Amino acid sequence: METNICIAGFGGQGVMTIGKFLAQAVTDSTDLQTVFFPTYGAEQRGGTANCFVVISDEEIGTPKSDLMDDMIILNNPSLNKFIDSLKPGGNLFINETIVTDEIKRTDINVIKVPGTQLALDLGNTKVLNVIMLGAYIGYTEVFPVDVMWSTIEHKLGKKVELLPLNKEAFEKGLEYGRKNK
Amino acid sequence: MEELIYTKTKTIQPGKSSGFCPGCMHDTIIKLIGEVLEELDIADKAVSCSGVGCCGLFMDYINYDYVQCAHGRASAVATGIKRGNPDSIVYAYQGDGDFASIGLAESIHAANRGENITVIFVNNGIYGMTGGQMAPTTLVGMKATTAPKGRNPEEHGYPMHVCEMLDTLTAPVYLERVSCNTPANVIKTKKAIKKAFQNQVEGKGYSLVEIVTSCPTNWGLSALDSLDFLEQKMLPEFPLGVIRDR
Amino acid sequence: MERVLMKGCEAISEAAVRAGCRFFAGYPITPQNEIPEYMARRLPEVGGQFVQSESEVAAINMVYGNASSGVRAMTSSSSCGISLKSEGVSYCAMARIPMVYVNVSRGGPGVGTIQPAQQDYHQATKASGNGGFRMRVFAPATVQEAVDMTYKAFEYADKDRNPVLILADGVIGSVLEPVVLPPQKTEEEVAAIKAGKDEWAAIGHELGSRAWINPGGWDNLLYESVNKAADDMYKAWAEEAEYELFMVEDAEVILTGYGISARIARSAVKALREEGIKAGLVRAKTVFPFPYKAYDAINYDICKGILDVEMSIPAQFVDDVKVAVNGRCPISCYGRSAGIMLSKFDMMDAAKAMLK
Repeated sequence: METNICIAGFGGQGVMTIGKFLAQAVTDSTDLQTVFFPTYGAEQRGGTANCFVVISDEEIGTPKSDLMDDMIILNNPSLNKFIDSLKPGGNLFINETIVTDEIKRTDINVIKVPGTQLALDLGNTKVLNVIMLGAYIGYTEVFPVDVMWSTIEHKLGKKVELLPLNKEAFEKGLEYGRKNK
Repeated sequence: MEELIYTKTKTIQPGKSSGFCPGCMHDTIIKLIGEVLEELDIADKAVSCSGVGCCGLFMDYINYDYVQCAHGRASAVATGIKRGNPDSIVYAYQGDGDFASIGLAESIHAANRGENITVIFVNNGIYGMTGGQMAPTTLVGMKATTAPKGRNPEEHGYPMHVCEMLDTLTAPVYLERVSCNTPANVIKTKKAIKKAFQNQVEGKGYSLVEIVTSCPTNWGLSALDSLDFLEQKMLPEFPLGVIRDR
Repeated sequence: MERVLMKGCEAISEAAVRAGCRFFAGYPITPQNEIPEYMARRLPEVGGQFVQSESEVAAINMVYGNASSGVRAMTSSSSCGISLKSEGVSYCAMARIPMVYVNVSRGGPGVGTIQPAQQDYHQATKASGNGGFRMRVFAPATVQEAVDMTYKAFEYADKDRNPVLILADGVIGSVLEPVVLPPQKTEEEVAAIKAGKDEWAAIGHELGSRAWINPGGWDNLLYESVNKAADDMYKAWAEEAEYELFMVEDAEVILTGYGISARIARSAVKALREEGIKAGLVRAKTVFPFPYKAYDAINYDICKGILDVEMSIPAQFVDDVKVAVNGRCPISCYGRSAGIMLSKFDMMDAAKAMLK
């Protein structure tokens, strides 16, 4: 069983962090294989950012599949760029607050999460990525929820003061993920 | 009763003689370096890094460690050796084409990092081994095989002054320009070389001695006439003296 | 064994440090910047040294000097930067100085593109500098392989007294994967490795027993004998070529390549098998020595074609495949270049076309 995930958005939305946290959780707490593959533009700031994560119970071949099982999309340009590579029956997680373009495909599951709005409600747009991560895990349960949280906790490590906020963000995301099942 | 007052330096392989042209000053300098290494008792720690050109011609006859470097790269190679083995005494021996043309980046940056190495920069204003081509230090009006009408500032710019250029950097501790054109200047050259090595022994940092020399073969002059040319033409362009001593 | 999630470039760096590398000189170029950055942090922790050199040319010459003093030394760059190192690598080969360098390759020729490519194959395997020298060239397809090959590369470099090249690509350099790291050599071991080179290393010797680091000079017969000794060594490596065979035995179509392309080919082979197509994979792990023997494992009575897959246009790896296959089977190529990744589906289509 192999899951190919694409995460895409603006630079600064925490796209890479979502991918890295997923790969980190797999490495730390499972026997599964994983690859995190970032792609950047030449810009140091701004621009688009996207990355690919593969999670598999056997040796992984291509780190960037032609077809994605799951997709986490944080802005409109990314939606248009990647939606065709989501396989039929695949899961599309969108940051509903700003991903407003019409989704014409009807052969996919769309999980709408008002990520940016929820982050604003929590008082910090930086937790958008943790919200989306929560929603993704809550919906797919690609691995157990506590595995994901302990990785986030560990990665935030020294910034203990940020833990309560991130915990709240993660739970909000989880809630949306589970609700959409 | 006989008294031994002078003997050949043991840093030259017994029975070997240099391959330099008559009137060339390279062998004088190699001898001076050898004497300094012996006097400072560091010959068994010494590693020489030579550039490419006539400055590499001593490889076959010195008696201590030797690394042949790619053209212009001796200061970078010396950086690597010294950092790998800080107890060794490392010097780069480079001509004007090697140091100031093809290797200028490596030369300047080793100086700018303040590497604890000694550089002996031999400036005769011309490419020797390859046959008299124009060097960065070729004098205005001086003929070269690649400047048959002589160095023309409008086309070729002016001679480069290495010591003065390095003097714009903060890190180097010692920069001096000397020559080997008279016995008195040979003695001064030896003193400068000794100081440049002493600085390294004391861990002070980057020292460079520029030695203004002749190239009778490619200047097209006799050995004696080339001494006059050096005195009358080279030294006004490249004045001798201590540029920096910290 | 504990797994850690590491970026390819960083994992290569850590493997080098664990192998006893104590000197690194390098110059910034995408996509390998994480190697010098990692080394700048890491080497001082183990008493090593990092120099950000003024150029790739300076970097390789610093490594030449440092390795000449007996230290395990490394440099890295990408494609156009590797070209600049050619001169220094050639000097190391002639003077028989052991060192390791890494090419995290990108698109080319020229400045090319900053994205991953495999367009330096001939340069890496045939002519990494003037003079016709050869090196062991390892081509990792995963971060774990990059780690293991880098660790091993230092052993080979010292054993052969020759440069060793890790031919990675921008994908291997930038992906994060779980890896098991090799043991860290103790300071005593590192010191012993250096001391083992004291006799020939340029560290200063008693007058009369000098070390001579010698990449050439005047004595033709001497240097011809150096060429001959090197040639004997290159030939002896042939037996040590490394490769992977995957589902080759009954294959009617074989995909072949190295590094990231071969890894994608593994996915394609699996997918083809799921469709009932008997596909197999021959993957070169060393690209010099080239694993000619690997191609003898193919059953040419049933194999209808070999598909060379590489991120290079024009294809380069295929030239060695042709020699290995020696007319026993048709060969065709599927490749992209300039930083464009290979597609598993396109690869599958190309393989199917060979069966028609």
